[in-house]
Amino acid sequence: MLAHPDLAKLIFGRLTLEELPLHVPIVLGTFAVVALGAIVVLGAITYFKLWGYLWHEWFTSIDHKKIGIMYMILGFVMLLRGFADAIMMRAQQAISFGDNMGYLPPEHYDQIFTAHGVIMIFFVAMPMVTGLMNFVMPLQIGARDVAFPFLNNFSFWMTVAGAMLVMASLFIGEFARTGWLAYPPLSDIVSSPDAGVDYYIWALQIAGVGTLLSGINLLVTIVKMRAPGMTLMKMPVFTWTALCTNVLIVAAFPVLTAVLALLAMDRYVGTNFFTTELGGNAMMYVNLIWIWGHPEVYILVLPAFGIFSEVTATFSRKPLFGYTSMVYATVVITVLSYLVWLHHFFTMGSGASVNSFFGITTMIISIPTGAKIFNWLFTMYRGRVEFEVPMLWTVAFMVTFVIGGMTGVLLAVPPADFSLHNSLFLIAHFHNVIIGGVLFGLFAGITYWFPKAFGFRLDPFWGKCAFWFWVVGFYFAFMPLYMLGLMGVTRRLSHFEDPTLQIWFLLAAFGAFLILLGIGCMITQFVVSFRRREALRDVTGDPWNGRTLEWSTSSPPPPYNFAFTPRVHDHDAWWMMKKHHYQRPLSGFLPIHMPLNTGAGIMLAGLSFVFGFAMIWYMWLIAAVSFALLLLVAIAHTFNYHRDYYLSADEVNRVEASRTELLARHV
Amino acid sequence: MSDIATTMPADGGPAQPLVFHEAQDHHPENGTLLGFWIYLMSDCLVFACLFAAYGVLGREYAGGPTGKEVLELPTVALNTTLLLLSSITYGFAVLEMQRDRRNPMLVWLIITGLLGAGFLTIELREFAHLISIGAGPQRSAFLSSFFTLVGTHGLHVTCGILWLIVLMIQVLKKGLIPANKRRLMCLSMFWHFLDVVWVGVFSFVYLMGVLP
Repeated sequence: MLAHPDLAKLIFGRLTLEELPLHVPIVLGTFAVVALGAIVVLGAITYFKLWGYLWHEWFTSIDHKKIGIMYMILGFVMLLRGFADAIMMRAQQAISFGDNMGYLPPEHYDQIFTAHGVIMIFFVAMPMVTGLMNFVMPLQIGARDVAFPFLNNFSFWMTVAGAMLVMASLFIGEFARTGWLAYPPLSDIVSSPDAGVDYYIWALQIAGVGTLLSGINLLVTIVKMRAPGMTLMKMPVFTWTALCTNVLIVAAFPVLTAVLALLAMDRYVGTNFFTTELGGNAMMYVNLIWIWGHPEVYILVLPAFGIFSEVTATFSRKPLFGYTSMVYATVVITVLSYLVWLHHFFTMGSGASVNSFFGITTMIISIPTGAKIFNWLFTMYRGRVEFEVPMLWTVAFMVTFVIGGMTGVLLAVPPADFSLHNSLFLIAHFHNVIIGGVLFGLFAGITYWFPKAFGFRLDPFWGKCAFWFWVVGFYFAFMPLYMLGLMGVTRRLSHFEDPTLQIWFLLAAFGAFLILLGIGCMITQFVVSFRRREALRDVTGDPWNGRTLEWSTSSPPPPYNFAFTPRVHDHDAWWMMKKHHYQRPLSGFLPIHMPLNTGAGIMLAGLSFVFGFAMIWYMWLIAAVSFALLLLVAIAHTFNYHRDYYLSADEVNRVEASRTELLARHV
Repeated sequence: MSDIATTMPADGGPAQPLVFHEAQDHHPENGTLLGFWIYLMSDCLVFACLFAAYGVLGREYAGGPTGKEVLELPTVALNTTLLLLSSITYGFAVLEMQRDRRNPMLVWLIITGLLGAGFLTIELREFAHLISIGAGPQRSAFLSSFFTLVGTHGLHVTCGILWLIVLMIQVLKKGLIPANKRRLMCLSMFWHFLDVVWVGVFSFVYLMGVLP
């Protein structure tokens, strides 16, 4: 490259041409496909002259609805990547028996299972959960935006920057080969000297800033910005779960930040926190990361519980059974989620009393969760249940999640865990609760709120196809893993000797293939729904005969959400308004105070990406410059006091009049 | 159209027509101070982890120097005095801010910043001394956790000073407008928070560290 080796080292750090995967055909092929896709997308954007539109209307937008939608798109794109990893693993394990070593070398296979876990949790589930909360929660509480609109945009782009770092590791260097939590001593500088673990650390740290800030933001929004009359016990259940989830985010993510910072210190500075010599203690890492990791599970699943509560009540045409118990169950789960972390490593050998304590607290969590299941069942009981697609996901969830919950209680018994620890039984268990709980919940939520976001419903035929492929595929993919786990097969293996196991892996691979068809149906569903959008149009703003405030405004809602702030009397606020024959106000509009768009968020996140990338490759010069720029842009942004404007009453009048006309034409 | 929504009581419903929207402009309370407070609590958890790490590793000397050998209480007493004083001076600055007296407030802020800078100087000299005698963060798990905990606090103080300077420029440019007052209150919380954390560091790391 450069003539002077020292200069090259200063600029490029340890990045050399050898780090590019020119000799790995699978990665090269993937790169070709991704690059081609990127060229097509970027070309199309340029051809249709969409850059200005995207920049002004989306990238710099501080509208919580648009940011929510962008989070969902990020989550869905990353789902494709995470699923590609999954199906590669299933294919490898299905064929890699005896003399056949499969098609993936071990060092590549290790990166794939690490990337799969990291992507699915941090860049699929988290963005989708955050995205739904972002989109729905302010509408449910009758607010016009979140408490800190700029911070919201910044949080989103930080999450994107983290996701981009993970994607970059596919083509430049390699990703961690340590499993998704990067336990030391495997992840320390001696055992993993390459850039993989550094990609892991910086991707999660940068995305973690976004997650934490968005947690604070949504928390303050719920506490401070509820519509008048909406006391805590009148909040919709989804908002309640969002509140608890954001409390968990704020109280758990700093622990992740701290523990990854300590790992980074070990790797960059040479400290001895988790090393095997000079007094380091690797088990402290495992403890700390699970103090974050277990609440993280509930961060993901609580909003899903909220979605199921909204969906069940809406499609059973009844108020939610046991609203108060639902709220308390949520709060109890929030608290208990901090008291169970050690069940992830009973085998550490903390002794009988400690293991018993954590075993019992783990089993106790199933009580409030069980109460929730009964609440949903009693909501459906004697209701007029309509099996629209969101309701189908909900029913599938109830069956699947109960199975997952029961295997969880099995694992909570320490003696049983000693033989099931790190087995495929565990893998089956947590996929059972995360797919059956979180993912089904997100799919229900996406189908349920899609018309609110875009003004037309999703095509139900393709939705049902996706539903059946996913659910059947899930059972084919993971029930065999329970069996294998009970037979003693451990996780993360790329090769097997015993040919009698192969049939189970073939079944699991078949299940993954069905899920692939499910994902295909989902993409088809988006395309078909977009093309049939006139037929699927929602003009009323209330396509499902909903119960909560988001259905009282138009679909999609105007930038200001509500022309007048609603006043709330009941937790099914919109249902009550309908019962009282509420009439939309048609005049008397006032100017509305709105935040201004800003490009500062995307700039800061872009610089964070450069800084992270430079730190990963030891490019100290670029790291220093990008860090200085980061500080400079952040400080410059604080000198901008002009952050809001008033939407004129005439403009509000125009938007509301067009809705009135639309309603008059169609209803 | 009246200010009140036309509502018709349902059968057997309340006699008074229920109001379903606010006819006047409704402005929710500003949430900045609450948000910043929550941020501080999350930051507090970062420190909690570092304290926990020190609690686990604080006696793992690995044959290297012990706390009793390397920690100097007189220096730390001076350091602690500077930081605690800076909290008091920040308090005086806030009192002046509430009286809308810009220049006295700026003077108190400058004194606060200088005290903070003094604290940092002494801390950096302590670090330099430790590294020079071969007691750097790589030497043992005790020193790793010591340097990381104390250093993270120092990094926060550095950010605080930088923020202080930026805010003083903003007050000079824009005056004591509500936005600036809000920012000054946030920094005030941050500064006092660092003081509280330091009390923990002082007691847990230094006072207990020199015990045999």
